[in-house]
Amino acid sequence: MTTYPVRFLLNGTPVEVDVAAQDTLLETLRNKLWATEVKNGCGKGDCGCCAVLLDGRAVNSCLTLAVQANGKEVVTVKGLGNEDDPHPLQESFIRKGAIQCGFCTAGMIVSAKSLLDENPRPSPDEIREAVSGNLCRCTGYKKIIEAISDAAPKCSPSD
Amino acid sequence: MTQMEYAKPRSFKELDGIFESAKGPLRFIAGGTNVVPDLRAGTISPRLLVDLSGLKEMAYIREVKGEIAIGALSTISDILASRVICDKAPLLFQAARHLGSPLTRNRATIGGNLADASPAADTAPSLLAMGAMVHTRRRRGKERTIPLDRFFLGPNKTILAKDEIITRITFAKPKDPSRGRYLKLGLRNAMTISVASLAVSLEPEGSSFGGARIGLGAVAPTPVRAYLVEKKLASGAMDPKNIEACAQLITKEISPISDIRASADYRKRVVAVLFQRAIQAAVNGGTP
Ligand SMILES: Cc1cc2nc3c(=O)[nH]c(=O)nc-3n(C[C@H](O)[C@H](O)[C@H](O)COP(=O)(O)OP(=O)(O)OC[C@H]3O[C@@H](n4cnc5c(N)ncnc54)[C@H](O)[C@@H]3O)c2cc1C
Ligand code: FES
Ligand code: FES
Repeated sequence: MTTYPVRFLLNGTPVEVDVAAQDTLLETLRNKLWATEVKNGCGKGDCGCCAVLLDGRAVNSCLTLAVQANGKEVVTVKGLGNEDDPHPLQESFIRKGAIQCGFCTAGMIVSAKSLLDENPRPSPDEIREAVSGNLCRCTGYKKIIEAISDAAPKCSPSD
Repeated sequence: MTQMEYAKPRSFKELDGIFESAKGPLRFIAGGTNVVPDLRAGTISPRLLVDLSGLKEMAYIREVKGEIAIGALSTISDILASRVICDKAPLLFQAARHLGSPLTRNRATIGGNLADASPAADTAPSLLAMGAMVHTRRRRGKERTIPLDRFFLGPNKTILAKDEIITRITFAKPKDPSRGRYLKLGLRNAMTISVASLAVSLEPEGSSFGGARIGLGAVAPTPVRAYLVEKKLASGAMDPKNIEACAQLITKEISPISDIRASADYRKRVVAVLFQRAIQAAVNGGTP
């Protein structure tokens, strides 16, 4: 099978991986680069669990081919912060109880980060719109919207 | 899965080279939001995937001498972020706001939306109502300009040849941008495919509707103009009686199907309602 070498920055670290033309960024991240914090929900753009930042913008990694990430910058929820040094959004999701099973969280936070980079003080409606491609089966969204609202003043684009 | 190859031309010259050496069916990909699910589902199985996203000269939005030009690679998010579109073509802005979710809009391109030729393509009714033109390029630089109302041939079928790409979409800057309105009914509010959608653009003259254009989505095998209704609107007065008569006529001008989203009868009723609301909004200057 023909494969293509793909290089990109994953959470700031250069990675190189061989992929087939039809491999999605989602399967490449999870199965070849062990970035399993990126979740596979529907595989067709409906749920948003697979969201990552591609050159700073939140996209569905299941709808993006791995070859199309060549030369770009990919940031997952892990790239935003970790247990020792969490991102304000991550802290806020925990504090507000915006996480139940947690399956949607990685994608939610990525969508929220993309929103706050463009619009540092979004209204609740703007937040709802920004996460309209992210489904949550547990929380009923209320606490997620509050968590993002609360985190906004504490975030800066460089976070 | 069959063997598939991938190429990403950086210029039209490189694209021509790919056409010359290609063996077997090829498929263009831009944002991939239609192509990737189609590949996964096995509904398409090209020999070669040609990624247009390296043709940077096709990503721009600009206004030149009263004409608005949108490069085919512009994403739906680019359209929403454009001052030109927001101020001068709000009809397209409204349509872009209804397309998918921000995650999808950050990848989805306007060229892909038209080339995919879904009857429910969200940018189509507004572009039809603004009399848009599709500019294309074939191998060795052969170009043509196709009025959008002649571009779609059927569900997922367009007039494009196998080696023909959309390079840009153009339309004249609307005379009065506030006289346009796009309305879409889906099964829910966010991220939804249209049950029916409608765009109205008016250029009122005195007490008549003047040049009215109406684009419709999801009520025929392709996005369509409602020519009969446009004519009737223009020939009558700008009053409730004429609007009511046109709302009756519009249900006769369309040929909706029944599918998982709605029945044909429901679509007809909905279009009449959308039409009345959109006209009212356009008459009032944009507020519904
Ligand atoms: C979750 C989800 C929700 C969606 N919601 C909506 C919605 O609400 N409304 C809507 O209208 N659509 C919707 N879509 C469909 C899709 O996102 C849009 O049609 C989008 O604009 C396609 O653009 P793309 O760049 O991703 O196209 P691609 O998938 O890259 O290509 C689509 C088709 O166009 C061809 N093509 C692409 N660019 C060109 C070009 N320049 N010249 C010639 N051919 C070209 C490709 O060969 C392919 O056949 C949705 C999709 C998903 C996955
Ligand atoms: S897995 Fe990508 S949107 Fe569901
Ligand atoms: S917390 Fe379970 S899906 Fe959102």
